[in-house]
Amino acid sequence: MLETVLHIAFLIVSVAMFLSFYRLIIGPDAIDRVLALDTLYINSIAILILYGIYETSSLYFEVALLISIMGFVGTIALSKFLLRGDIIE
Amino acid sequence: MFEIVLSVLILIGAFFTLVGSIGLYKLPGFYMRLHGPTKATTLGVGTILIASSIYFTVKTGSLSLHEFLIALFLFITAPVSAHLMSKVALHIGTKRVDRTQDYIDKKDDKDSLD
Repeated sequence: MLETVLHIAFLIVSVAMFLSFYRLIIGPDAIDRVLALDTLYINSIAILILYGIYETSSLYFEVALLISIMGFVGTIALSKFLLRGDIIE
Repeated sequence: MFEIVLSVLILIGAFFTLVGSIGLYKLPGFYMRLHGPTKATTLGVGTILIASSIYFTVKTGSLSLHEFLIALFLFITAPVSAHLMSKVALHIGTKRVDRTQDYIDKKDDKDSLD
């Protein structure tokens, strides 16, 4: 039962990733693309945690933690660049 | 019993992740689009992380709390990045949807946001 539910959840989160990737491509403004990237990394954390449950391995947890830290730093850096034209003044 | 609780949590999490991304895909203006992912997606990932914590606690027999590290980090950083993105959008003058504008803004037709 858990395996079936995990397959359904993989499908749902993949559709969510596809939708945010679509917004990343068509996004009319640069800040829309930053927001789409932010959503995309959060979705990838979700799918990695689900895959960790599927494989019963805690290895994927470390990857998810790294992605969450690096994604936050990336979002902040892109936003600061759009705000000032410079990241560290 | 354990599998049912886990399945419900995973399905709720996946559903909210999808709701956040549908909001990002469908809503017309940037300030509207900001709402979907920053709320729904963190809720969805939080629920999936609770499910993962329960699963590894039952599977290994010892308490597994390191999933809450990601949850804590996400719940701290999501408002910060959302605030910064809205600040950028105000600064570079992203267009708003007409019917969401203030009455005062419409009257003197001047961008008084700073």
